[in-house]
Amino acid sequence: MTDITKKSLAQIVKAIKGKEISSTEVTAAFIKNIEKSKKLNAFITTCSDEAMKNAKEFDKNQKLDSLLPGVPIAVKDLFCTKSIKTTAGSKMLENFIPTYESTITKNLWSEGAFLLGKLNCDEYAMGSSNETSFYGNVINPIADQTVPGGSSGGSASALVADLTPATIGTDTGGSIRQPASFTGTVGLKPTYGLCSRWGIVAFASSLDQAGPMTKTVEDCALMLEAMATFDKKDSTSIKKKKENYFKNLKDDIKGIKIGIPKEYRVDNMPKEIEILWENGKKILKDAGAKIVDISLNHTKYALPAYYIVAPAEASSNLARYDGIKYGYRSSKGSNLIEMYENTRSEGFGDEVKRRILIGTYVLSSGYYDAYYLKAQKVRKLIKEDFDESFKNVDAILTPSTPSSAFKIGEKKDDPISMYLNDIFTVPANLAGIPAISIPSGKDKKDFPLGLQLIGKPLDEQKLLNIALAIEKRSGFKQSLKRWWEN
Amino acid sequence: MSIDKDKIKHVAKLARISLDEKKTDSLTKDLSSIFKFIEKLNELNTKNIEPLTSILNEPLRSRTDEINDGKIKDQILENSPKKNEEFFIVPKVVD
Repeated sequence: MTDITKKSLAQIVKAIKGKEISSTEVTAAFIKNIEKSKKLNAFITTCSDEAMKNAKEFDKNQKLDSLLPGVPIAVKDLFCTKSIKTTAGSKMLENFIPTYESTITKNLWSEGAFLLGKLNCDEYAMGSSNETSFYGNVINPIADQTVPGGSSGGSASALVADLTPATIGTDTGGSIRQPASFTGTVGLKPTYGLCSRWGIVAFASSLDQAGPMTKTVEDCALMLEAMATFDKKDSTSIKKKKENYFKNLKDDIKGIKIGIPKEYRVDNMPKEIEILWENGKKILKDAGAKIVDISLNHTKYALPAYYIVAPAEASSNLARYDGIKYGYRSSKGSNLIEMYENTRSEGFGDEVKRRILIGTYVLSSGYYDAYYLKAQKVRKLIKEDFDESFKNVDAILTPSTPSSAFKIGEKKDDPISMYLNDIFTVPANLAGIPAISIPSGKDKKDFPLGLQLIGKPLDEQKLLNIALAIEKRSGFKQSLKRWWEN
Repeated sequence: MSIDKDKIKHVAKLARISLDEKKTDSLTKDLSSIFKFIEKLNELNTKNIEPLTSILNEPLRSRTDEINDGKIKDQILENSPKKNEEFFIVPKVVD
């Protein structure tokens, strides 16, 4: 068989089920790639020995009637994994070894997969370039010195470099879709509540959502099917019937209505993004969809509202890091308060501090109404814009990001220009609705660009079907010359 | 709203994060530009708008109040940076 690591997840599953290849062979091939790809810094922890043990165990007694039989999968280091260090990209959790397993990873393992390693990410998922990780920058395999996006940057980099057959990330303001767009991969943020948040290190609880990151739309359907379950341990988990996203995937989109929101045509939008968007419209039209112009009036207020809501929730969530119950503790300080202050000063990086301070400020006495309440009102308006639009269209097409991947260091000193990366992705988080990024074109540097489809709550199947139609017709191809290998 | 150094110091105190002078300066600068960006919201009249309280269409569930775990003291203490067999250990809080 040709190089198994270049195959899609669905192809690997098929090969294992057809006994064309063993789990041990698959796992060994990915481990070999991981060992040669240290330069990318995609992994915080590798679990090669455990993975090989699990693969051999699987092969001894192959149970093939599951979704992911014998498949090794690396996950973002924000998912708690029992007995395996979970850092959230922070010094604060450098030695944190969870005594329990997150629901999402547990779901993957009960479908036959096992852990291959823990992937680098921005500290507490706060960042859009993976540069805020305590464990260093991740390199985008598309070009040296280029960021993979963030916060699920290690996940995106590992996926496109064939270091894992598929992966999972989390998306609070674009942290799955933006890195997917920057690496030429598929990334889905599901409806808020579809995938359990239990056991995921919290950032902003009303926005956080886990989702699949994959090489193909078909793989994305397969992963989502394995991930999405009702979980009574998450009070916001949606109780609904399990869906067969994988089996029901089809690219027949005749008669489907696609909305094009004029507000996403932002000032100074690069020509290449315009062309990408036009091309996306054409592809969908050719596939039988109807294109409709729509308006999402409050789009320009989404990012400012996000930078109130997300830091506010983060400042509350991160109050738990006190140097007492778990995590880092400073040795400096003569009393309890000083110990807290030094622990949090030494344990958190700059971006996390910035967001905690913004959040603490907007929630502090006398400012709540002016900021947090205002932002929640704006959030309501943004949600109503979507609700109104979805009366007339089935899904909305936009670019995923305002640019392709940028250089390491290029935006590091300017928080606002970094935040603007998420301008197209944040609205779906604020409204709690699903959105997917599909690689759809390239810019003049030959860097990948993604198109985003936004859908109605719990309408993931339709989004995946439309995404498949784009994937089949866009002609997007990427073959990387493994320049980073030693 | 302008952000000055005193405000940053006050908020850092509330957030229990110690900052040196240099960090206070750079955070003052960063937060000033971030708040300028955030305050774009002020141009929008939201007087009669109900704030969003839940993103879900259904109300939050409550669960029955029953014990379904427990006896996991060792697990809870396991990751503590300073502990003995029974307790978390903190710096002295009473003289």
